[in-house]
Amino acid sequence: MDIKDLYQEIILDHGKNPRNLGKFDNYNKDAKGNNPLCGDNVHVYLRLNENKKVEDIAFEGHGCAISMASASIMTDMVRGKEEKEVKEIVTDFLGMIKEKDSLETNILKDDEKTKLMSLSGVKQYPMRVKCATLSWHTLTSALDNSDQIIKTEE
Amino acid sequence: MKIDDIKREFPIFDDKIQNNDLVYLDSANSSQKPRVVVDRIYDFYTKEFSNVGRSVHYLAVAATNLYEQTRVSVQKYINAKDKDEIVFTKGATEAINLVANTFGQKYLSEGDEVLLTELEHHSNYVPWHFLRKAKNIKIEFAEINDDGEVTLEAIEKKITNKTKIISVSHLSNVTGAILPIKEIVQLAHSKNIPVLIDGCQGAPHLKLDMQDIDCDFYAISGHKMYGPTGIGVLYAKKKWLEDLPPYQGGGGMINEVKKEGITYGELPNKYEAGTMATAQVIAFNESIKFMEKIGIQNIEKHEKELLDYGLEKLRKNNSVNIIGNPKEKGGVISFTIEGVHPHDIATILDEDGVAIRAGHHCCQILHDKLNLPATARASFGVYNTKDDIDKLDEAINKCKKIFNL
Repeated sequence: MDIKDLYQEIILDHGKNPRNLGKFDNYNKDAKGNNPLCGDNVHVYLRLNENKKVEDIAFEGHGCAISMASASIMTDMVRGKEEKEVKEIVTDFLGMIKEKDSLETNILKDDEKTKLMSLSGVKQYPMRVKCATLSWHTLTSALDNSDQIIKTEE
Repeated sequence: MKIDDIKREFPIFDDKIQNNDLVYLDSANSSQKPRVVVDRIYDFYTKEFSNVGRSVHYLAVAATNLYEQTRVSVQKYINAKDKDEIVFTKGATEAINLVANTFGQKYLSEGDEVLLTELEHHSNYVPWHFLRKAKNIKIEFAEINDDGEVTLEAIEKKITNKTKIISVSHLSNVTGAILPIKEIVQLAHSKNIPVLIDGCQGAPHLKLDMQDIDCDFYAISGHKMYGPTGIGVLYAKKKWLEDLPPYQGGGGMINEVKKEGITYGELPNKYEAGTMATAQVIAFNESIKFMEKIGIQNIEKHEKELLDYGLEKLRKNNSVNIIGNPKEKGGVISFTIEGVHPHDIATILDEDGVAIRAGHHCCQILHDKLNLPATARASFGVYNTKDDIDKLDEAINKCKKIFNL
C-alpha cells in the first residue's frame, strides 16, 4: 500500500478546506468528541426538524487531515437525510472502516460511496483509524442526546 | 567503545522494519535496548531466576545480591551518598506519585501551594492534581518564556510563603530546555522548600551528581536509559525516606505484623512493597554499565553534535517551524510544518522508516500555552547519526510534496 492511497487528493482537499466548518445558531443537537491520545477534538452541531430530518449540520475542531476530511465529508453526506438514515450510514461507515470491504447501505448514491471509500486507506494504519471515526462517533452521540464526551479509545 | 559503532550494539537495527532501515528518532519517548540488556533478562530468567529478599536457598541469595548490585550501581552513577537513597519503582511516574502521595499526606494541607512549571509532563502534574482534589491545595505554574525555557526568575516569581514543595523537569521533553536545577534548588533551600526533579529526560543524557545538584528527590525512568520497561528509580535524601510514611503496603516492606499493628521495614525495603520487577532491575545494571562504558561526557557531546546538525538542517528547510529556542538544550527537536498536521507528518515519515512522535507528548499545558494542539518531535539517543537526520529531512520534504507545499 502506498502512502498516497491514504492521502488521496479528495482527503487533502477536504483536510485543507473542510466543508461545514463552524457553528450555526439554531442547532438543537450537539456533542463533543476527543481523541485523548493526540489532543484532537471535534464538536458536531446539527438541527433536526420536526420530520427528524437533518436540516443543517456543521462542526468545529482541529485535527489531522484524516480527521478533518472525515468530518467534512460526513457532514456533507448526512445533510438532508433522516435520522434513521444517518444512523444507517454511520453504522455502515464504521463497519467498513473496521472490517468490511465495501459500503452496503442503499441510502448513499454510488458517487457518495466512492467519496466515503476514499477514507478506507486508514484501515492499513490502525493508529489512524480513530482519526477517521472520531466525528462519526460524535455525530451518533449528538443524535442520541448523550451528554457523554466521546473518546476514541475503545 | 567508539560512538560510531554503537548502533551495532542494538539488535533492533539488525533487521529491516517494514522494509526500511530503522531511523529511530523517538528516544525521548523510550530508548531502544542494547544487546547486553536484552541478554541479561534472558539469562536471568533461564539460569538464575528466583524472587529476591525472602528465601534462603542458593538462587534466592544470588538473585538478591544481583538486585542489590544494581542499587549500588545507580548510587554510584548519580553520586548519591548512600545506597539506601535509591528506591526502585515501576518508573519515573511511580517515583513522582510516591513523593506526591507521601509528602502530601504528611506535609500538605488546605491552601498550601505546590510549584510546578508550564512545561511539565503530565506525570509531574496529575499526581499533584490528586492532592488538589483530596486536600484542596493549590498548584502554581512557573511560566515559560518565548524561547521555551523556564528561568530561575520565573520560578522565584511564583514562590510564596505557602509554597511547600517545588517539582520541576530537568530537561523538557518538548522544547529540550535544560532547567537551571542547581540554582532552583539553592533558591528553594534558602526558603526551606524541598525540590523534586523529574529527571526522565535528564538521566539518559546529562551527567548526574546528586551532591552537586543537592535536590531532595530525583525521579528516573529506566526505559529511557537503554534499560527495560517497568523499572524506575526514586532518589531521595535519606532524611526524607526516613521521615515520610510508606507508599504501598504489602510483603517485603514490613518489620513486624500483628493483629494490633504493624511496624515497617528499614530502608530501602520500606518503599519496595511486593515482588519488584526483579529481572528488569537486574538488567538495568547493564544499562548503567553500558552508559558508563561509553561515558556520559561522550554521550552529551555526541547528542549535542546531532542537535546542532539537526537544528541547522531543519532551520534551512522551508515551512518547518522549530518549537522553542532554549540556550541550554538537550537532544529534542519539536517542530510543526505549516499546512500539515503533526499526525500526518508522523504517518508519512513512518512510511520511510523514520520513527518520530506526534501529539502533545503528555504536555497539554505547554501546548495550550504555545497555542498548538500538537507538534511533531524528533529526539535523539546514542545510536543516532547525522545520516538519520538527513533521512528525517528527506522524509519531511516528501511530506511537503504529498501535501503540495
